[in-house]
Amino acid sequence: MTELLIRNACVIDPLNDICGEVMDIAVRDGKIVESVGSGAEVIDAGGNLTMPGGIDSHTHICGTKVNFGRYMSPEDMRAGRTARQGHMHSTSGYSVPTTYGTSYRYSAMGYTTALEGAMAPLEARHTHEEFTHTPLQDMMANTLFDGNWPIMQAIHDGDIRRAAAIVGWTLSAVKGFAIKLTNPGGTEAWGWGKDVASIRDPVPHFEVTPAEIIRAMIEANEMLNLPHSVHLHCNCLGKPGNHQCTLETFDLVPNANNKRQSLYATHVQFHSYGGSSWRDICSRSEEICRAINSKPQIVIDMGQVMFGKTTTMTADGPMEFNLYRLYHNKWSNHDVELETGSGIIPVYYSRKNLVNSIMWSIGLELALLTDNPWQCILSTDNPNGAPFVKYPEIIALLMSKRYRNEVFETVHPNTEHNVPLAALDRELTWKDIAIMTRGAPAKALGIVDLGKGHLGEGADADIAIYPININETDPATSAEEVIRAFSQTDYTIKRGRVVCRQGTCMVDGKNTTIWVDPHISENYSMDHDPEFAKNFDRYYTVRMSNYPVQEEYIRRNLCIETEAQL
Amino acid sequence: MKINDVVCPFCGCLCDDLEVTVEDNRIVAVDNGCTLANAKFMSKERLASPIRRTGDGWENISYEEAIQYTVDMLLDADRPLLYGWSGTHGEAQCIGVHVCELVGGIIDSTTSVCHGPSILAIQEVGHPGCTLGQVKNRADVVIYWGCNPLEAHPRHMSRYTTYADGYFLDNAFRERKVIVVDVRETETARVADEFIRIKAGGDYAVLSALRAIVRGKGDVVPGSVAGVSRSQLERIVTLCKDAKFGAVFFGLGLTMTRGKYKNVRNAIELVDELSRHTKFTITPMRGHWNVYGSNEVFTWMTGYPYAIDFCRGIAFYNPGETSAIDLLARKECDACLIIGSDPGAHFPRACVEHLAEIPTVVIDPVPSMTTALADVQIPVAVSGIDADGTAYRMDGVPIRVRKVIEPTLPNDREVLKSIHAKMKEARGQ
Repeated sequence: MTELLIRNACVIDPLNDICGEVMDIAVRDGKIVESVGSGAEVIDAGGNLTMPGGIDSHTHICGTKVNFGRYMSPEDMRAGRTARQGHMHSTSGYSVPTTYGTSYRYSAMGYTTALEGAMAPLEARHTHEEFTHTPLQDMMANTLFDGNWPIMQAIHDGDIRRAAAIVGWTLSAVKGFAIKLTNPGGTEAWGWGKDVASIRDPVPHFEVTPAEIIRAMIEANEMLNLPHSVHLHCNCLGKPGNHQCTLETFDLVPNANNKRQSLYATHVQFHSYGGSSWRDICSRSEEICRAINSKPQIVIDMGQVMFGKTTTMTADGPMEFNLYRLYHNKWSNHDVELETGSGIIPVYYSRKNLVNSIMWSIGLELALLTDNPWQCILSTDNPNGAPFVKYPEIIALLMSKRYRNEVFETVHPNTEHNVPLAALDRELTWKDIAIMTRGAPAKALGIVDLGKGHLGEGADADIAIYPININETDPATSAEEVIRAFSQTDYTIKRGRVVCRQGTCMVDGKNTTIWVDPHISENYSMDHDPEFAKNFDRYYTVRMSNYPVQEEYIRRNLCIETEAQL
Repeated sequence: MKINDVVCPFCGCLCDDLEVTVEDNRIVAVDNGCTLANAKFMSKERLASPIRRTGDGWENISYEEAIQYTVDMLLDADRPLLYGWSGTHGEAQCIGVHVCELVGGIIDSTTSVCHGPSILAIQEVGHPGCTLGQVKNRADVVIYWGCNPLEAHPRHMSRYTTYADGYFLDNAFRERKVIVVDVRETETARVADEFIRIKAGGDYAVLSALRAIVRGKGDVVPGSVAGVSRSQLERIVTLCKDAKFGAVFFGLGLTMTRGKYKNVRNAIELVDELSRHTKFTITPMRGHWNVYGSNEVFTWMTGYPYAIDFCRGIAFYNPGETSAIDLLARKECDACLIIGSDPGAHFPRACVEHLAEIPTVVIDPVPSMTTALADVQIPVAVSGIDADGTAYRMDGVPIRVRKVIEPTLPNDREVLKSIHAKMKEARGQ
């Protein structure tokens, strides 16, 4: 039995409605408890801000395309490197750090859980191998179903139950966590060098539309009783005028679940553009947020862009090729048979560039215009909008109108004619930030009941203590202090152990992989479906028996078993 | 006992449909495999015990002694090299990186003598690729450039390209056009629809000519480029532009001939150019089984795919300086651990001579040319035969290889784990 007592913690724990109360937190064997004995190890938080460990509900840090981002970019590897020291391995990389680099930097910022945003099922083993080497965060994997052949065929045949059964079989086989759709239908079209132009544009050969895929997957998701909702990267990413596509997509979403949203729309900044070309692109954040404010069934994350160098990587292969034709830097692409695609290019977001300045504004506007912070999660779509180490700056921008104005002064002078940002006076509170980085992601992912995202009794003792006193600091006038505080915790505690102390990781660590296993009746089991097996072995280049991810890849894991209505 | 869907541990194709028959913990038959696979599974030349060189021969030693020798050798070295890695599974490669980091050594895989130049090109211009199933199901034009799959990757054409069933092709064999580019008429060239015979060293020029024609600048191309007529080049470009899905595969005939990484860069840029007209992809024909896995593992662990130097604590990458051949040729390294490769058979003479001079330990199941240079050899179970683990196919698809027989020897990761544990202990960690 190990016990820990954190004294004088100024706690913000939105899921338990605690906001700025100075209290003690007792921990036994990795869980929060009512009280501990006098022999417990004591940490004095000194009245500093204490919150549940941070949760990133959309980040690209492990797997095939992430690793390709490293592989093709020695210049990025050189841009961030540390030597081996104590428990810390050497690290490389700035926008796409090595697995240890990612893990240590997240831990230093108080993050203890992360969802990998896109895992191709065929390459799932790779993602899980990297999870093993990301020791200080609990990990989950969004699993890509945007161009899945048997699923598109089932949808075409009007058999949503079969589509759900295939999703269930696949998630369980690849130890995935949730349904991810990246440019649904577009990634299959990209197999021919094409794309879909709208949610009503049929996928070549399969004759289903993105709208049909999205609706069917939302329905399938609820049939499988999955903890998270469908996690959607909308069609038409990054195209001027795409707000129309985004709004039409939002209109497809029923309110199908009373515990959480029915659709998680990711990196919405990239999907909120007006105009018809790069010359007249403008922000449509107001219309997008009006839709979100009227639809509690939708939760988004920001996908904030921050100025500087980064690497873009997504399953959205056609989008990356279009981006490449703008940047002419270097381009990698990796289509995955029967499932999905991916692309990678390095980018530089410049404050002197009007489009980049508009993108920067839109991300902030989404957070400021969404009334309910539970519906808008803080993200950069790491590393697409910016590396996650920029989160503290984003927090400061959201909390301080003055700081926002200072930065706004430095961006492209025409930005103000194209965005409403300058007119927005809202300043987010400490509690808003706690919601956007802990409570909301936990709730949206459906992992609150697993003890994530809050500090109530029985919760996992994942705790971040930041070196800032919120009663003495006015965030509206102290941006620098806010940035400093959120950049490095005094203590990051994971499963009741101090894993990071002022930026230095103290343990080797070992992650937990969270995955789902929907129980499906024999009638719908793909293991006994001759048609599925025949086509599998005929068109994949890996045998069906060699496809599932073996237990060896998820040594410490937490399986969420659900009862599917199938 | 018959075991189905066995993964082959020989080349980068990682065929996973082999059927292996086992009797009394011995493999007696292999079905579906190519001749290379059969030879690998049926090989009987395994070393039974660790051996150490004596004055005039070899003596058997225990695993404990062999491991201790390795630990002492690495801890005593100023500039240790940990080389090979392509013949072993990813889990062992991970431990290898930890060992290397601990001693501040250099870790390199056989990549630096095969597709190292391809990686340098990719680091300049990127890599438009795909998994092999995309090619199998869609490609109507397949180009093999500087490679001879019928002999080096014998099932590549039947599983992934020419002879494979494809979802979008009614009669795949008839509908696919195969173009082979090489300096000699290989077995593969004989089954091609178009064979482009290039004068040795002319790849770069031919690629440039093709790019010019794709861009509509064919008038700058002379009548003959490196022995290839302009009319043939024009015909090829038309074939490519008319394709619905084109796939280029390239081998050491491109990476290790004059021009090296510039050749590969030019090939990638040709594919980039063609991607503006239709769908095109390019894939290196990785040869040595899990060599791509070594690149993947090294990359997520250190940031770089091969030739990584930890001597300053941080990971440092500079192929040409930190790659195995260069280190050995400069006589810089003073101890070497070799695993899952046979540099004695492949390295230049000067490098082999230096290897023979410095303390060298080989971790390998069978005696090889490298054994002749070594001081100690530690036999291990063979990944994919009596050891399980992860391997990455040439297109990046990770597959778990299984054991088909029960091991009588420890496997690579177990031996490396012991080495790592003893080193940490010695360093007081």
